Parts: sequence; C-alpha cells; structure tokens
Amino acid sequence: MAAPALILFGFFAVVPLFGVVALSFVHWDGLGEMSWAGLDNWKAAASDPVSRNALWLTVKLTVLCVVFQAPVSLLLGVFLAGRQRYRALLATLFFLPLLFSSAAVAITFTALLDPNFGAGTALDAEWLSQNWLGDPELALYVVVFVIGWCFIPFHTLIYQAGTRQIPKELYEASRMDGAGPVAQFFHITLPMLKYTIVTSTTLMTVGSLTYFDLIFVLTGGGPGDATRVLPLDMYLTGFRSYEMGKASVLALVLVVVGLAVSLGLNRITGASRMDSRSEG
Amino acid sequence: MKLGTRRRTLLAFGATAPLVAAASACGNEPGGGPDGATAWGLTGGAEEAMRASFEAWNEANPDNEITSEYFANDAYKEKIRTAIGSGNAPTLVFGWAGATLAEYVENEYVVDLTADTAALIDRVLPSVAATGMIGDKVYAVPNNQSQPVVMYYNNDVLESAGTQQPTTWEELLAAVEALKGSDVIPIALAGQSVWPELMWISYLADRVGGAECFNRVTAGEAGAWSHPDMLRAAEMITELVDAGAFGDSFGSVVADAGADQALMYTGKAGMILQGSWIYPDIVTNAPDLVSGGGLGFSTFPIVEGGKGDPTNIVGNPANFWSVSANDPEAARQTATDYLSEAIYDEEHVDSLIAIGAVPPVVGLEDKIAAAESGADFLTLNYEMVRDAAGFQLSWDQALPADQAQELLNNLSTLFLGEQSAEEFCAAMDATL
Repeated sequence: MAAPALILFGFFAVVPLFGVVALSFVHWDGLGEMSWAGLDNWKAAASDPVSRNALWLTVKLTVLCVVFQAPVSLLLGVFLAGRQRYRALLATLFFLPLLFSSAAVAITFTALLDPNFGAGTALDAEWLSQNWLGDPELALYVVVFVIGWCFIPFHTLIYQAGTRQIPKELYEASRMDGAGPVAQFFHITLPMLKYTIVTSTTLMTVGSLTYFDLIFVLTGGGPGDATRVLPLDMYLTGFRSYEMGKASVLALVLVVVGLAVSLGLNRITGASRMDSRSEG
Repeated sequence: MKLGTRRRTLLAFGATAPLVAAASACGNEPGGGPDGATAWGLTGGAEEAMRASFEAWNEANPDNEITSEYFANDAYKEKIRTAIGSGNAPTLVFGWAGATLAEYVENEYVVDLTADTAALIDRVLPSVAATGMIGDKVYAVPNNQSQPVVMYYNNDVLESAGTQQPTTWEELLAAVEALKGSDVIPIALAGQSVWPELMWISYLADRVGGAECFNRVTAGEAGAWSHPDMLRAAEMITELVDAGAFGDSFGSVVADAGADQALMYTGKAGMILQGSWIYPDIVTNAPDLVSGGGLGFSTFPIVEGGKGDPTNIVGNPANFWSVSANDPEAARQTATDYLSEAIYDEEHVDSLIAIGAVPPVVGLEDKIAAAESGADFLTLNYEMVRDAAGFQLSWDQALPADQAQELLNNLSTLFLGEQSAEEFCAAMDATL
C-alpha cells in the first residue's frame, strides 16, 4: 500500500538528494564541464562570511519566529475555542491570511510598507512611514512580523482544536474549587495543551528554516545581507552567482539542520512517547 | 541592469527544487522544419517588434521558418544557461553580451558571425556593435533598441527649490542642497533593488577615470578596484549619501514597481538616474507633467578634472542574438540569413520606433525626429548613442556572475553606509 508513496518519495526526494550530494563535490557554473572540487566547496562555505552570517540569521529568525508566533497563536487559539460573542466573525477574519499565497502577501506588504507611497502616507500616520525594509537594523524584525502574520492563523487553528479537546469537567471542577480564568489557563489549559505546543513549535521551527518565497519577494535578502537567510543564500549562490557546488553544500546544511532540529525537538519534549490525555 | 521589465518573476520560486532542476537538463528539441531555426526571446519590452520581425521573415521564407518562444527575464536567464550547457539551446540565443558571451565563446557554444553579418554590422552604430565583439570577431549582433542611462528631472520641483539641471558634479551637489532646503528628496534611488545603484558608480567611475577605470576590472588586473580613480568614485557615492542626496529611506524603495520614478514625477523628489526604458512609464503615469514641459532629461553631469570623455554613456547597448554552435548547419544558415537580412530592415526599425524604442542604426535622425510622440526624448537617446565615444555595458552584465553578485552586495552596503569607500574597494579587489 505504501509503494506509490515510497516511489514518489524516492524519485522526488531521495534521488535528487544524492544528486545534490554529488554536486557539492564539484565545481560547476551551469555551463561547461564539471570539475572535481574535493572539499573545496565545503571549505569555501565554511569560511565565507556571507554564508556564516546566513546561518546565524537563520537561527535568529527561527528563534524570533517561535517567540513571536507561539504565544500569540496560543492565546488566540484559546480565545477562539471559547464561546464569546462575535467569535465566529473574528475567527473568520483571523484565518483569512491562510488563504493568501506568500508571494502575494510579500508584494502587498512591500507596497504597504513603502515609506513614500505606503500605508503611512495613505493614513497620514508619520510613525508608519519608517524605512521598514531598508534599514538593516529593522528589516529582519519586519520579516518576522510578516511571517507571523502569515502563519499565526494556522497555529491558532491547531491550538483552537487542541483546546476544544480538553474535557469540560476539568473546568467545572476547578470552578467549584474557586479557580478564576487566569488560574484555569495556567493550571488546566496550558498543561493539557503540552503536546499541541510540541507539534506547533516543531512546525514553526522547521518551517522557519526553509522560509524562502516570502523573504525573497519582500527584501531579496537585503538591505546588504541583513535578511539573507540560508535558503535565500543557497538560491542566490546557485542561481545568481552560478556556483552550483557551493549552493549544494548550503542545501545539504539545510537538510541536516532541519532533520536534526525536528528529531531533537521530538526527543527533548518526549513527543515520541506521546499518549492519550483525553481524561486528565 | 536588465532590459525592459525588471519584475521578479514568480516562476523562480520553489525553495530547494531549483537546485535539482538545474541538474537535469530541460529538454527542448530544435523545431521549425528541416532547415528551420528556433529562437527564445523575452516577454515585455520590445517583444512585439521581435514577434513582428519573425512573422515577416516566416512569411517571406516558408521553407526556412524560425519558431520563437518567449520567457520572463529571470526565468529565461536560468533556462538558457542549462539549455546551452546541455546542448539543448535554440539556434538564436538571446543575450546581453558581456561576461556571459565571453563564456559562451570560450566553451565554443556560439559561432563566429563576422563574415555572415558584415552587412548588418555596417548599419549598426559602432559603440553598440563593439559590445557584441570579442577581440576583433563578432559573436553577437544587436536585435532591439539601445537603452542608455539618463538623468531625468522634475523641472517644477527644481524651479521651486531655486535650482536647475546640474551639468557638473559641483552643480549636482549644490542642487542637492537646494532641494533638501525645499523639503523634497533630492535624488530618487531604488536602493532595495540595488541595481540602480550600479548606474551611479558606473557613471562616476567613467567620468573620474575614463573607460579604463572599469576596463582594468574586466581585464582582471590586480588592485583594479582600489585604483585611485575607482576609490574616488566610491568616495563620491559616500559623499552623496552623507549629504542626504537620496533621502533617508532609499533602502525601502523598489524599482520593479516603479516606486523610484514615481517619487520624481509626483514631485516628492527632484531627479532620478534611470534607464531610458522608464520614459514610456513616466509618460503614461504623469501625462500632465510631460505635456506641460515639467519633465527634463539630460546626460550625466561631468566631473571637473576627470579623465572621462563626457560623451561616454552607461546602460544596455542593446540585447543581442548569438547563434548556437550545437545546431545543424541548415538551421545556423537560416539564423545567419535572418540576422543579416531582417534585423534592422526598414520594417523592423519602424516597428521599434513605433513603440518608442531607439534602434542603434546609423542615419535614423529624420525618422526619429518624425516620431509621433516623445520625439525630443528619442532624439536625445539616439544622439547619446550615436555620439558616444564608449558605451559601457551595465557592470553586472559585464562581469562574471559570481563577481557581479559580490559587487551588488558590496555596493548595497556602501550606499547603506555600512562600508567605507576603502572597505568597498578592498572587498571588491578580493574578487579579482
């Protein structure tokens, strides 16, 4: 039964991966003959300040994304699982970003954040007319915000579902013991959502390692190399500088880091021993 | 700088997939019948004129048809490279000349056109024809319009700031001060796109040190970037940035959507240095400014005491056709026949001028002066190319891809003030 999936996976994931491994040991600019490079590409990538900066930026981006997205989507998810007025309307609005393509979102944000013709000018709000994407100090945070805007709805959905799974009896019992909403959140909701948090955080972390389209359209890696994260560095090295060997090294680094992080997260959080928590 | 539309194509997406795609060749069989040839062109820009030219040829030569396909800029650049490397290139290879052409020639992917296109080359302005030559042999011939980089001015803004179109570096600095005083951005610059910054350093280096300044770089001379003339050009960039010439948010301005030219024609900025290809957009978006005489244009200011010939220009001399060495003899013959007979024939020239494009062909003064709209701009454009002592191809095309990328990165940090002129030169020297 698994055969079709395995064949697809083998053909489109494993075979190309070996191709990339092979490419990482040759010099090739897409034209002309390939020549054996030995470990040259690996050494070049390790000593290149741009690539090292890209790796550091990727770590920073991942941490910032999790720190920004996790609390916001947790709170929104818990809120949307409740029974407040207008909840359905708000839920629909919150989930809208899920429907948009990354490229469209990036183009729209570039236009909105334009210091001269963007939202700041339209709304006559001076503080909105910042050099958002042109200031090396600011650009990464703007990118984190836009990524959050795109992906928080998805994680909110996960948390909403997780919260609805929590048995009502727990809340009723705690209310009899005199617990308020805040105490309930910290002593019931949060512990009961443990595995939801693990799932959502793993998705966020691994996702952050591979963000490409959004950043490519939003900043192209600039200003300077302030937002040139690893996937972008790989693309630019491969398809702008035509250094296929070095780009392959960067691709492999991404694969290894991605696998290591998701396995590591699973291990640390004990998700591999995940069991049912349906009745407290 | 690329020609025509600079819009990032969404086709380029697909994070890790492109690496894989590059490893496998994109198969595309040559078509067009036994003696037919194939051609890949670009969408946008002068696409219409190119299509019309092929159609006219096919009608006149039903046995030697040329089938053409059109691609978006970035997608084309990626596709053509793998196609050529794997022997699947079309007969007519569209290009920008420069370092890529040199690579094609070195690997014998394209053929020597010197003898077959002598008649065509006679019709082409020398500064443009030179771009398609390696040594004294022709490997590429121009196929569309010349696109020099031009200074545009919003005369209304200059006037209310009490200044005028600068003709020298000193006057430029004075105009910057005056414009700052009247609370507008002196010079619009699309810093996020980076490539418009190349226009500044290319012109300054040429005005200060002459064509040799950059020729030393393409020749790979050690220390070419830290030559005093190049260093001076980089320092002048820093002086402009420090004087606030580009405002304080140029890093957020994107050229692809035309936000830089919009600053100028909406009166938020006084001037802009851009390719001649933005002129039709200005006419479309600011018809009142153009018809009221508010739009000015001129060549780049001279630098007093500089070694550069003031007639020298920078930009895209044209786009070029080369002929693939991989194709059968008959297809190559069709292609070279097309080049020598149909390129810049009466019909082709007319169709280019009709869309506001200036073909680099000798003796067009009267035709251009009679153009229905924008005759004054087209004339300036034509005269700049006709009279140019040298036409410097955009640096990012003239350099090999890896060096061009380093240049864009370092230039961007120079403009952002994260790197001094000395650091910029040292970093670029390391790429030689």
